[in-house]
Amino acid sequence: MQRNKMSYKVSQFLMFAGPAGLLFVGTVIIPFLYGLYLTFTSWDGISRTKPFVGFENYASTFADTAYWQAIGRTLIYSIFSVILINIVAFALAYLVTSGVKGQNFFRAGFFIPNLIGGIVLGYVWKFVFNRAFVAVAESLGQRNAASLLSTTNGAMFCLILVSVWQYAGYMMLIYVAGFMSVSESLKEAAMIDGCTPAQAMQNVTIPLMRSSFVQCIFLSITRCFMVYDVNLSLTKGEPFNSSVMAAMHVFNQAFTYKNYGTGQAEALILFVICAIVGVTQVYIGKKGEVAA
Amino acid sequence: MSDSERALRKKKISHFFMLLLLVILFFLFISPFLLVVINVFKTKADITSNPLGLIGKHGFTTKNFPEAMRKMDFFKVFGNSLIITVCATILTIIFSAMAGFVMVRNKWVACNALFSLMIASMVIPFQVLMVPLVSVYGGMFGVLNHRLTLILLHVGFSVSMATFMFHGAIHTNIPLELEEAAYIDGCTRWQTFWKIVFPLLTPTIATVAIIDAMAFWNDYLLPSLVLQKKDLYTIPIATQSFYGTYSTDIGLVMAALLLAMLPILVLYIFLQKFIVKGVTSGAVKG
Repeated sequence: MQRNKMSYKVSQFLMFAGPAGLLFVGTVIIPFLYGLYLTFTSWDGISRTKPFVGFENYASTFADTAYWQAIGRTLIYSIFSVILINIVAFALAYLVTSGVKGQNFFRAGFFIPNLIGGIVLGYVWKFVFNRAFVAVAESLGQRNAASLLSTTNGAMFCLILVSVWQYAGYMMLIYVAGFMSVSESLKEAAMIDGCTPAQAMQNVTIPLMRSSFVQCIFLSITRCFMVYDVNLSLTKGEPFNSSVMAAMHVFNQAFTYKNYGTGQAEALILFVICAIVGVTQVYIGKKGEVAA
Repeated sequence: MSDSERALRKKKISHFFMLLLLVILFFLFISPFLLVVINVFKTKADITSNPLGLIGKHGFTTKNFPEAMRKMDFFKVFGNSLIITVCATILTIIFSAMAGFVMVRNKWVACNALFSLMIASMVIPFQVLMVPLVSVYGGMFGVLNHRLTLILLHVGFSVSMATFMFHGAIHTNIPLELEEAAYIDGCTRWQTFWKIVFPLLTPTIATVAIIDAMAFWNDYLLPSLVLQKKDLYTIPIATQSFYGTYSTDIGLVMAALLLAMLPILVLYIFLQKFIVKGVTSGAVKG
């Protein structure tokens, strides 16, 4: 039979999976492996030679206090953002599934920030913080009010606020799908058994929506950890580099200071930290899942 | 008053308060956009003196738009974004549907290996790949600053997720008997795929198209590394470079930001249902 010939298999595979496979290997697999190699060299981005330096880049990564400060800052930012994103998203999802008029309109409305790229959103909010907030503060009688973005804690607060605003609508849609998957009859049964609506929510709906929580928390952790666009346009790392998040530090290390080897090593370590946090969260979350 | 009437009344009251809360939250959510819209029609001096006022002292002006459009080279930038997004989305759909098809229908070693590699790679963030990408495609091959390079890189990054979604769709929704009937009637595999399988994948095609087109349209980091010539800029890069040059001319900035947001907001008005559905189903599967 023609179908079992090796050459037939190869040609079929190349015909159908060839283009996708080639592009995928070219953009993801080769750069990933080459990136591993780059961490053992000190390349400045221009010269043709890439001198081999062994583990020096990893040593300088561990010695780079600015990098670990950026990681610590990213952790603080991520903890606050992830918690707030999920609280806001869950509350919004509850409101837009409660059967009030126009709930589809509101669902679509809260999703709007996700349509627009982080760069543009960052500049829009920069205007809001620098001009509108200041104008409000001045109208309340504060003289020469300074922008929140000009202080260290203020800049952090702004980043968290914008991230919550940006992602809450998206996570809301996932929670909405979760709410819809819990059948009315289960809730009614709980109410007949004497639950108050709050108890039914706590003991029936929320445990059954556990997979939505796991998914939303995972998505928000990975997005917050790798934040770059909004960071660049909203604060640009200012004031005095106090709002430089990990991804921005990696970018600057590689492309601004031309330490490609160290930058790549730092990127790799950031990825490992993010992956460990994400996977642990999913593992813990999945363990307690229940089915109706 | 009977019990059921009382319960109904209670429900109505609680619905009223929820609606009120939603309306307030909705306005808070879109207030940054509203502020941009208000200030776009004011002069620079009016924005500085009162960014919250509806109409400034110097009255209503539409001058910001043409000037921002000219300085940003809006039509060119918009065209660039459109070409790149459309081409990359179409190629992603075609290539990953084909790959998903061959992977579902054959248990060959190469299929399984590529599929597992694709799934595993989905956790790798772009930041880990950006330095080697620039080093390989800029340093070794010197192919940066071409639209085609960016399109192919976009496709390469999104193809694993898309293949995964097509794989699932073909596996669960396309009956094998249908294809077998086509083979008996004399179709080759290639014809069977295009005439029978691909048309049945329309819902998944729509989902992938929406997710990827939005990601390509809004992406900043990859295009900013690949395209460094001004006449190749996409909307996010052009916005960033515009802000860098004219940040003090706040009226122009407002116009530029609104121009950058307008295309996708207009599209959202018409395709709102599809976009919300596409994004949710993509997230739930992913």
